[in-house]
Amino acid sequence: MEPFTTLTAVAVPLMRDNIDTDAIIPSREIRSVSKKGLADGLFAGWRYLAIGGRDPDPGFILNDAALKNARILVAGENFGCGSSREHAVWALAEYGFRAIVTPSFNPIFRNNCLANGVLPVILDRAVVEPIARGLGAAPGSFLTVDLEEQELRDEVGGRWRFDIDTEEKQALLSGLDPIARTLQQSSAIASFRDRDAQARPWAYSSIGRS
Amino acid sequence: MGRTIFDKIWDGHAIGGPSDDADLLLIDRILLHERTGGVALKSLSARDIPVSAPDHVFAVMDHIVDTFPGRTSKTLMPTGTEFIETTRAGAQAAGIRLFDLDSPDQGIVHVMSPELGIVLPGTTLICPDSHTCSQGALGALAWGIGSTEAEHALATSTLKVQRPRRMRITISGRLGPGVTAKDLALALLGRFGVGGGAGHIVEYAGSAVEALDIEQRLTLCNMATEFAAFSAIIAPDTATIDYLKGRRFVPAGGDWNRAVEDWLALSSDPDAEFDTELSFDASGVAPMVTWGTTPQQVVAIDGAVPAADDAGQTGAESRERALRYMGLEPGTPLESLAIDAAFIGSCTNSRIGDLRRAAEILDGRKVAPGVKAICVPGSSTVKRRAEEEGLHRIFQRAGFEWRESGCSMCFFAGGESFGPQDRVVSSTNRNFESRQGPGTRTHLASPETVAASALAGHIADPRKLAA
Repeated sequence: MEPFTTLTAVAVPLMRDNIDTDAIIPSREIRSVSKKGLADGLFAGWRYLAIGGRDPDPGFILNDAALKNARILVAGENFGCGSSREHAVWALAEYGFRAIVTPSFNPIFRNNCLANGVLPVILDRAVVEPIARGLGAAPGSFLTVDLEEQELRDEVGGRWRFDIDTEEKQALLSGLDPIARTLQQSSAIASFRDRDAQARPWAYSSIGRS
Repeated sequence: MGRTIFDKIWDGHAIGGPSDDADLLLIDRILLHERTGGVALKSLSARDIPVSAPDHVFAVMDHIVDTFPGRTSKTLMPTGTEFIETTRAGAQAAGIRLFDLDSPDQGIVHVMSPELGIVLPGTTLICPDSHTCSQGALGALAWGIGSTEAEHALATSTLKVQRPRRMRITISGRLGPGVTAKDLALALLGRFGVGGGAGHIVEYAGSAVEALDIEQRLTLCNMATEFAAFSAIIAPDTATIDYLKGRRFVPAGGDWNRAVEDWLALSSDPDAEFDTELSFDASGVAPMVTWGTTPQQVVAIDGAVPAADDAGQTGAESRERALRYMGLEPGTPLESLAIDAAFIGSCTNSRIGDLRRAAEILDGRKVAPGVKAICVPGSSTVKRRAEEEGLHRIFQRAGFEWRESGCSMCFFAGGESFGPQDRVVSSTNRNFESRQGPGTRTHLASPETVAASALAGHIADPRKLAA
């Protein structure tokens, strides 16, 4: 996982509420058993003129030439609701997005962001809306997301502090693999499990095959 | 201080004890399906990381497989075969039990798991699928995750999880005749909004919940993900024990007795504290139908597309978009809307009780001309049982297609979808734009409402047809 420290990049405002993972990547765009090859399908239903086609819809914001290198997405409430498909985050990340700013996330989507080094930034609606309006008025504007300082900044002096759990922050900053970290505790897990199997034999006996 | 049922399960699974930060939880059961599970197995295997406890993992084909009779690994979905074969090979290599296409136990993962007794009260269960919350209906802590977290759970039998806040929704009264858990779930979304459960594990309690059978409880808990909740849970009771008894993967002998003792003791203490308490009266709930593109955009079936903002939960732009997408004007009565298709299926509403109640409405009647009507049983077991009871004949005589089990047209499973601008009344859980097909207009409702609407050719109140 690529560590996340500070990112200064073009930001896209997409202030619809309840943007679901079917909208982020439709089922029909998930074509292979892979975490790659998904960027073209990102927002396919909105981004292209025809279903399955690749002719850009000029009315969709991501097709604005000024936003070509966008890496920060600013979106409405309950972002990433719906299906747990991690393909939504894989598609966003492959397209280039490394941070998403919204008043609220779907919980599974948020965890999927963390698992892929994409920083979920939660700020009040009263903060996000004016930021989005500013970006809409000056397409191609930059935002800076500073994870160490837990701060979002715009180009004209705006600064907003955001919260993130300490452990999640460390994991993003370090980019360390969570499986490798947990496997270091293998013996603690095994002894917990042994004790648990004594206390709750019923949770083990019915599925054993030996 | 007293603890909630959630706290008891959580604390009992926290390796190293509960903390103020994220906890490392022991995971008792892992479920996988071919869309999001195959990629997890493939990714682990590419890194040479073994599955830590394969006996605790169960895989099934439901999301990509099609639902046509005589189906094979070659589905309509281009590249669908790759998902099926990768999952099959991954499960075999890891020694994981797989309910494959031809297994008599195959089914939608959240139908199959309770049916086989894989989910048990007091256990932790995860699946890379958002509707895993359904299984909280049996008193388990069951929640949906992504594929990367599934890899972590497969590799370590644990997950690092932030403790959610605790919410209790106490539902008093009792659902009226012809009104189901689906209508209740939709009514709750209409009242509290799709963000209403954000950050919380929701315990459903109260007389209306206790009165629900296990299948209806599964339907209620199913839509907790639409509520933005971490998950939902219902305390196990004698109905839970009766439901589980004798199922394939439940404990036997002395272990069963000990389990029952543990399960019946599992409930929130009288002095347990919840971070949020809501209450709701079930008595006034009517059959509910969504009009928009988020499940909170819902009204009683005798209502109209609302003129005002729906409970203030949807921004003006989203609301305008929804009206445009659905081809609707404010003030239009729902029952005046002609439909192109009717769909009964999905992890929300495809169990035997759902099919029985729909069949009761369809019995001796015919689907309106021009309406495409499809019934997809939730599992191969449900299908067999329905056929033993002759329900398939009722569906078929009425003009419904009778399919093999799977997720089917809840979305794009099997490569099938409805057409652009098709108006579909559907027993599924999501009315998102293009969820059931590009440009398809979905109205969510109970199986009874779907059946009544299929007969009428427009959205119709099942209570008017009840015998």
